[in-house]
Amino acid sequence: MFSTIVSQVINGLQSGSIYALVALGYSMVYGIILLLNFAHGDIIMVGAYVVWYSMSNLGLHPVVSMLLAIIACTLLGMLIEKLAYTPLRSAPRLSLLITAIGVSFLLENGFQLIFGAGAQTVPTLVSGPSLSLGSVTVSFPAMLTLVVSILSMAALTFLVQKTKLGKAMRAVSEDMGAAQLMGISLNRTISFTFAVGSALAGIGSVLYLCAYPQASPTMGSMLGLKAFVAAVLGGIGSIPGAMVGGFAIGLAEALVSAAGLSVWKDGVVFAILIVVLLVKPTGLLGKPIVEKV
Amino acid sequence: MKKRILALALAGAMTAGLLTGCGGGTPAESKAPAGSSAAGSGAPAAEGGEILVGVLANTTGDNAVYGNAVQNGVMLYIDQLNEKGGINGKTVKAIAYDEKGDATEAVNAYNRLVGDGITALIGSVLTGATIAVADETYDMNMPQITASATAAGVTMLDPEKADSEIRTNVFRSCFIDPFQGEKMAQYAKDKLSAATAAVIFETGNDYAEGLKDAFVAKCGELGITVTNEEAYAKGDVDFKAQMTNVAASNPDVVFCPNYYEDSGMIVTQARQVGVTSTFLGGDGWGSIAKYASAEDLEGAVYCSGYAAGTPAVAQFESAYTAKYNEDVPNMFAPLGYDSAMLMCNALKAAEDAGLEAGTDEYKQAVIDAMKATKGLEGITGTYEFDEYNNPIKSAAMMKLEGGKEVFSEMF
Repeated sequence: MFSTIVSQVINGLQSGSIYALVALGYSMVYGIILLLNFAHGDIIMVGAYVVWYSMSNLGLHPVVSMLLAIIACTLLGMLIEKLAYTPLRSAPRLSLLITAIGVSFLLENGFQLIFGAGAQTVPTLVSGPSLSLGSVTVSFPAMLTLVVSILSMAALTFLVQKTKLGKAMRAVSEDMGAAQLMGISLNRTISFTFAVGSALAGIGSVLYLCAYPQASPTMGSMLGLKAFVAAVLGGIGSIPGAMVGGFAIGLAEALVSAAGLSVWKDGVVFAILIVVLLVKPTGLLGKPIVEKV
Repeated sequence: MKKRILALALAGAMTAGLLTGCGGGTPAESKAPAGSSAAGSGAPAAEGGEILVGVLANTTGDNAVYGNAVQNGVMLYIDQLNEKGGINGKTVKAIAYDEKGDATEAVNAYNRLVGDGITALIGSVLTGATIAVADETYDMNMPQITASATAAGVTMLDPEKADSEIRTNVFRSCFIDPFQGEKMAQYAKDKLSAATAAVIFETGNDYAEGLKDAFVAKCGELGITVTNEEAYAKGDVDFKAQMTNVAASNPDVVFCPNYYEDSGMIVTQARQVGVTSTFLGGDGWGSIAKYASAEDLEGAVYCSGYAAGTPAVAQFESAYTAKYNEDVPNMFAPLGYDSAMLMCNALKAAEDAGLEAGTDEYKQAVIDAMKATKGLEGITGTYEFDEYNNPIKSAAMMKLEGGKEVFSEMF
């Protein structure tokens, strides 16, 4: 019984760390330009297709394919920002939000048009010995996912807290106008934020494929929505909040399924969203929003 | 002004659409199918050594790929039979009409066949059309067999009730969905000596739930303990939580009656969380080998209506290719072939009894002979019928070996 619970917690942490990586992208972008970038989940889908294409059709080594996917996601994130969001920077928030949804549809349906609606199987990316702790088995992909995502989060925290670019990001998110007056390049900082968020999405997509080796055009939409819930739960705009939220959503899903209520899994995730919005709209670690006059 | 032009253009487009719609929908002389079956319109009944059999299939429109396969299979058998001398020297003449997959068209086409003087019917292909025609044939006690309609309501008058009256005149050559579940439970018991089993299925999917219910019920009958009944929702990709539960009870077999994409991920994740049980699947597993690794799938077994490349089938395949100049497209062609075989076998019994084709006694004799079918070897198995006129036949067991789906045995 105990070992089953431990295994379920590990399952939850594995899927939770993917949610956390995706939620970070949501949160960072929201933090800086107050945009819910609904195309973020689809960047993961693109990353998955890059891995699939470069392994199955170009015959590249898994590691090369993974790096390619992360690079492709980073570039795509920056490209979307330049093409779709920069022209709307002074437009109402709603226009930006709708544009984001449009980009998401464009990516999903575009890939469906090119590669078909069916799922593509990605060959095994990583293999290694699983770890046995007593009666608990931890699979190699699960270990890898946890380690890589924790390392990525540590690197991100360092980047945001200790580097000059990180400082610029924090400044822009605090007060865009003042930051600009201080000589911070707005375009560069926003581009950089998108790049980092999308790179994390790329890492997320590689880890996703380690666990669920199929790429399909709509794979990003549910994943993106759940990561969004994770970001809101943690407090949107907050980096540690996104991590906590991601792990919490992953654990909630695993435990609901473990209790035999797997059919209610999605329901529970979105119920969490509703409860958070009703009870503590700023999320677990979010700062209360003070309207500036 | 601009708006008016647009409105005119739209109206024009709509009218054009209507016209073409009518053109497509006119009850045109359905094309006589390939092969021997020149339409025998107006012939009163079997005269001059002919037995008239009607064939209904949707050879145009959506899902025509099924209809064409069934019809080709049927015609192939009838041609082969006639080459060998027909039934007691009489030629079997098939009259085929296209019913476009539509229930109304199917009933119209059937009435036309009755006018043509048929004495038995092979068809239709899709469930809806088949049930509509079955209502008509039941009233006339016309012997009917379908190669492909899997819904319980084809042979049962009220599929909601287990003790429903059945359409005594309607048979089918394909399995119905629950049959596969029972088959796999029996296989687990007989071949794998399983004492415990788990199932994982997609909720809200009629196919998966039908197979699962039948499997669980049969397990109860056979004394196999079902340790877990795990469910998931459409679109789920993470099955590790459910599989961890399965791993904890460590059953002998895991029955996974889902389609290949989900099943592939379920098997992969099951192995990751330490499930070592043998996986069993239904015919939705076709081409699973591409969706999970060879090691993870090794030893898994699924049942299929038709195993391409088995010895019994090779002859059929070469004959089919010779006649139609294409490969056997799917399992509906062999099922069509088998349905024609079953029908002709039953017709022979009525002929042997010396009855006159088209009479009520003749039809009843055909139905009785069909019901009494036992041990008749077809392409897709050995046939007999259960109380609901569904075939009891062996299924092709496909085993995963070294990343390949290999035919293992008929079971």
